[in-house]
Amino acid sequence: MFPTPIEKSSRQWQISYQIILPLVLIAWLLPLLAVALFSIKPDADFTNGNYWGVPSSFEGFTNYGKVFFESNMPRYLMNSLFITIPTVIGAVALSCMAGFALGVYKFKGNLLIFFMFIAGNFVPFQILMVPVRDLTIGLNLYDTKTGLILFHIAFQTGFCTLFMRNFIRALPFPLIEAARVEGVAEWRIFWFVVLPLMKPALAALAVLIFTFIWNDYFWAVVLTQGPGAQPVTAGITEFNSQFRAAYHLMSAGSIVAALPPVAMFFLMQKHFIAGLTLGAVK
Amino acid sequence: MASADTHRSWYKRNEIAITPWLFLAPAMLFFAVYVIIPIGQSFWISLHEWDGLGEKTWVGTANYERLLGIGDQSIDRKFEVSFWNNLRWLVLYLLAIPAGLFIALFLNQTVRGIRLYKSLFFFPFVISQVVVGLVFSWFYLPNVGLFEIIIGFFGLDIKGGVLGNPNTATYGIIAAGLWPQTAYCMILYLTGLNAVDPEQVEAARLDGAKGYKMLWYVILPQLKPATFIAFVVTIIGALRSFDLISVMTNGGPFGSTRVLSFYMFEESLSEFGFRMGYGAAIAVVLFFIMLGFIVYFLWSMYQDEKGAR
Repeated sequence: MFPTPIEKSSRQWQISYQIILPLVLIAWLLPLLAVALFSIKPDADFTNGNYWGVPSSFEGFTNYGKVFFESNMPRYLMNSLFITIPTVIGAVALSCMAGFALGVYKFKGNLLIFFMFIAGNFVPFQILMVPVRDLTIGLNLYDTKTGLILFHIAFQTGFCTLFMRNFIRALPFPLIEAARVEGVAEWRIFWFVVLPLMKPALAALAVLIFTFIWNDYFWAVVLTQGPGAQPVTAGITEFNSQFRAAYHLMSAGSIVAALPPVAMFFLMQKHFIAGLTLGAVK
Repeated sequence: MASADTHRSWYKRNEIAITPWLFLAPAMLFFAVYVIIPIGQSFWISLHEWDGLGEKTWVGTANYERLLGIGDQSIDRKFEVSFWNNLRWLVLYLLAIPAGLFIALFLNQTVRGIRLYKSLFFFPFVISQVVVGLVFSWFYLPNVGLFEIIIGFFGLDIKGGVLGNPNTATYGIIAAGLWPQTAYCMILYLTGLNAVDPEQVEAARLDGAKGYKMLWYVILPQLKPATFIAFVVTIIGALRSFDLISVMTNGGPFGSTRVLSFYMFEESLSEFGFRMGYGAAIAVVLFFIMLGFIVYFLWSMYQDEKGAR
């Protein structure tokens, strides 16, 4: 059941493959296409029961305009941005250093610490929920972006360290040894030798963490409350109760909320996939 | 000056021993405060009755006894439902692995524009689960939803709609979850297939390997790393299911779609009250279910590490 490469197969199959491909894609993305269709329909279509037919008029601009100018959506989007970007920077910075320590040095407990990071990364969120919420309230950070950022940085550090450490492991070690023989200080080795070689890993992690954090819902609900600090994933529920049963607006809102990570993915595809496969599958 | 000098030379002498700890310190501090210590605290809280604000009251294992129905009480019904739903999630979610493999094999060709096709197939994974949940709940809308229309063609009808019927709601949500998860597995296999040795495939073909034998004996062994990662992320994803349930049914109808992660949240933070102790006990049970898998994953990775040395 391993398909023969298409260029070696019969002409007929080549043509049918090219025809099947777009059809399968449309079927696969059907739910999304439906939402895209919803988001450009006028309100009247839904009251008339025209859910899936051709829109009676194009209302894309009106619908998206409403999302941007008549709701809290822009605020939620900004919150998401101000939560996501510091988290990406923080988690990547911490894990670069930790990955360097675990990847380059041999010391007692190295593997133990490494495995602790991996294990923590797999833990169910719920076991952290009550204490983390309590801690955040205690620090007076409940319902603030900072509270969310601090937790996200800490939790993502587990995954990032796993990734960074494996990446650094695969770098040519003689390079580091040569620098040591030259008498270069260790932190300079990190900064001038290792870090420049880690650029692909940095890019991969940055896009990946951006997507993870942008799409986080659970912690947004646990640690924040209103439009003051809530990111867009949590805000969309408030948005939906504001426009209850107004499918055209709800779908436009959903598309807006989903767009930034999608854009990120298409811009940085190669890095994104390298990150997802944990660098283990080359 | 002299003290600074001895200080420096002490640091210089021990540089290689100290540096890793300096580099590790910030990450370990964050990770300990927000991940490692809270796990222990949850265990502690689960032995108390606590509303999240006032004093904790020590109740020993009473929360667990109530949850599991030890002694003269019967097992917590909601817990029972959640637990079985978790099992359903675990088993059915694994379908994402063969489904992802199948799509990857289908797309593993070189025709014009195939790169774009691959990314578009991957699309669902990039979208937040909240949006996936919303999209699917509209897809399932009773009477007018696209899904209802499609099954209507086959003369089928689900009473109350997929999500309104306690018998189908959980499966409807799992199907929604399988969509992005299949995309994830697909991309893992697509990258894995890049590394499959075409000469081996050709040689096997000459030896007459065909159909599933080819897949099972020649291709799959070469895809083992991808399968392992697919397995890990799918299990974790299944046990983490929360967003979809919260968005699509909020646990209903009649609590039929609860899973442990959702039930825990409901007990400790929703309008039903702030029973943090009981919630923590549920979280601990979930943690132990997960721990079985975590130990297995770590053990596999440890074997690899030993091999690498």
